[in-house]
Amino acid sequence: MFEIATRGHDPATDDAFGRRDFLKVCTLAAAAVGLPASAAEKMAQKASSGAKPALIWLHFQECTGCSESLLRTSAPDVGELILSLVSLDYHETLMAAAGHQAEKTLHDAIARSKGKYICIIEGAIPTKASGAFCKVGGRTAVDIVNETAASAGAIIAIGSCASFGGIPAADPNPTGAQGAPQVLAGKTVVTLPGCPANPYNLLGTALQYATFGTLPALDELGRPKFAYGRVIHEDCPRRAHFDAGRFAQRFGDEGHRQGYCLYKLGCKGPATHANCSLNHFVEVPGAWPIGIGHPCFGCTEQKLAFRAPLHSTVDAKDFPPLTGPGTYPPITAERGGISPLATGLAGLAVGAAAAGGYVASRKISPDGEKKEE
Amino acid sequence: MSHPKPTPVGGKLLTPFFGVLLLFWALGTAAGTVRFLQGLGAASAMNDGYPWGIWIAVDVVVGTALGSGGFAVALLVYILNRGKFHPLVRPALLTSALGYTAGATAIVFDVGRYWNLWKVPLAYNGRYNWTSGLLEVALCVMAYTAVLWVEISPAFLERWKEQPGPLQGLARFALPLVEKAFPVVLAFGVVLPAMHQSTLGSLFLVSVTKLHKLWHTPFLPALFLVSCVGMGYAAVVVESVFSARAFRRPLETRMLSDLAGIMAGLTAVFLGLRLVDIVLRGRLGLAFALDFHALVFWLEVALAAVAAGMLWTSRGTRDAGALLRGAFAVMAAGGLYRVDVYLTAFDPGNGWRYFPSVGEILVTLGIVAVETMVYIYIVRKYPILAGAPAPAGGRA
Repeated sequence: MFEIATRGHDPATDDAFGRRDFLKVCTLAAAAVGLPASAAEKMAQKASSGAKPALIWLHFQECTGCSESLLRTSAPDVGELILSLVSLDYHETLMAAAGHQAEKTLHDAIARSKGKYICIIEGAIPTKASGAFCKVGGRTAVDIVNETAASAGAIIAIGSCASFGGIPAADPNPTGAQGAPQVLAGKTVVTLPGCPANPYNLLGTALQYATFGTLPALDELGRPKFAYGRVIHEDCPRRAHFDAGRFAQRFGDEGHRQGYCLYKLGCKGPATHANCSLNHFVEVPGAWPIGIGHPCFGCTEQKLAFRAPLHSTVDAKDFPPLTGPGTYPPITAERGGISPLATGLAGLAVGAAAAGGYVASRKISPDGEKKEE
Repeated sequence: MSHPKPTPVGGKLLTPFFGVLLLFWALGTAAGTVRFLQGLGAASAMNDGYPWGIWIAVDVVVGTALGSGGFAVALLVYILNRGKFHPLVRPALLTSALGYTAGATAIVFDVGRYWNLWKVPLAYNGRYNWTSGLLEVALCVMAYTAVLWVEISPAFLERWKEQPGPLQGLARFALPLVEKAFPVVLAFGVVLPAMHQSTLGSLFLVSVTKLHKLWHTPFLPALFLVSCVGMGYAAVVVESVFSARAFRRPLETRMLSDLAGIMAGLTAVFLGLRLVDIVLRGRLGLAFALDFHALVFWLEVALAAVAAGMLWTSRGTRDAGALLRGAFAVMAAGGLYRVDVYLTAFDPGNGWRYFPSVGEILVTLGIVAVETMVYIYIVRKYPILAGAPAPAGGRA
């Protein structure tokens, strides 16, 4: 039914990669990123009809960690992704071309799929000194991003740097680094913050756009709600310890070894919107900060990442109690105090009882009784 | 038995004293509202080190000890067959029923998840820890509170039986049943308090390191049981004398002064047990440590000694005032002992401190005020107190 049209990946010569395997890849991809089952078939159909979405991936001020984490995916793996599901037309790290050839590829790609391609931006964009801090092929990052985004179908900022500046924008921010949404003010930019961003959040967004031509529901910071709708704390595997008031007090102490809640060590989980607690990194169970015993540092939150001190605590008091009043344990237990008003009142009550009792007993003396009689 | 039959006191309800009680009720309700809307932390000074505050130590532990009058008098009248004390049974039972109900109310304030309380007796799931002292206290106190209301129910049923109305049918039906079941109910009414009053002491057996060594002893259950009987009699004495004065009833001085001897004996036994235990276990040195705990210990001992002495000398006299002072001293000595075990001499370590908050004190006073108001209402309307109704109506 389908013609498998792939570039450099011929099912006829590539042993045991037929339609069935391809559908499997599509199903895996759809399932892994939470798309409906029907998306797999649609995805396969689109890919086989040659209408694979074009991807243009730009790198600016970053560490390539987001690309690295994408390389670690297995369902679909990056090979299947860029060879079967999408057409990765430009990616400085993964492409073979260099120099003028690379520049020509970018221009060709833009011209070829104008208005349809997905522009993925990785890294912050420097704006000080006319953007002179980051140049590719003689052009500044600001120019490149403006030109590429202008005719893109969808714009995705991957990683904290592209989303809001990240490390390059940390104080004192010498290069005036900004995130893509700030540079591309007025355009819809899907932000996928994270340091690195979870590659499945990118796949989910990109494959949904590729398959259905739509973008997922976004929050006010441009983050897809399917991945950033809840805070880490809500789905944290250590949440029970938090609710029971069991905290690691310092690294390596008994509580830390027992896997207690890391809140007091500075965990930003209660204020950080991300799905790390559900979708661990590089497909290794437990491979995420809290999973390996370090507090969440809030990499998806502009207000926290690279701004709030690593081990300072966030406010968790707003966190709704689990079941009704009185069940929410204090985070910092008060050791108890003595109110002067209460001591006075207690003294008054005891004194009044003693005095009242004595006076009453005096009144009820035998003499008093005689008087009554 | 040819005692005067109990009769309602009658008279008007809203006296100035009753107004003061209403004020305390309002204050307690205000504090209680904060507790139920904002949670325990907002209204109480309880913390993780002292999860039990005065709502437990005073309202429940001291309150039910003072409410042991029903147990103590029933013990005397029905078990030891001292029939002459029979007129004291109903007022004592009423005081006990109200005292235990007040304690149970305080538990609803104190327990964090009060909406789960009903599960303790009614949702047995096969996983109760039957070795838990606290479970025994919970089940036993709940059962005994019910038993007390059954024990006192003839007073209400007798009254309703005479009045035409919907309750008349119920009274006609229930009164013979209650009277028939009375020996069994009575047996429960003696066994249950003996169980849980001693367990209130047993609860602290486990706190070897947290309870001060002058208080921690294997005799904790015995000390709690002995002191509760004495406090129960004292409460009966105080209640009788005050009722007689307030409602202008004949003072039962002779009967009460016979109780004085019993109370003096019980207090002496308590004091002896306490001191001998401390001496034999080589802990007397701690009493001379010149610290806060030693001071509190001697205050306790002094109160008990004074109480025993005062009651012993007032024995056989007709001095109701002296009797009253002795009873107060017994109540103070027993109350202080209980509060000391539960709070003063209890130190969970790690720098925890506790002193009741204004809210806790107001709720406690409010509960006592409501208890007193209900008592006044019931003795005015129902046959509790023995003797003829006073013409003037009384002062309370």
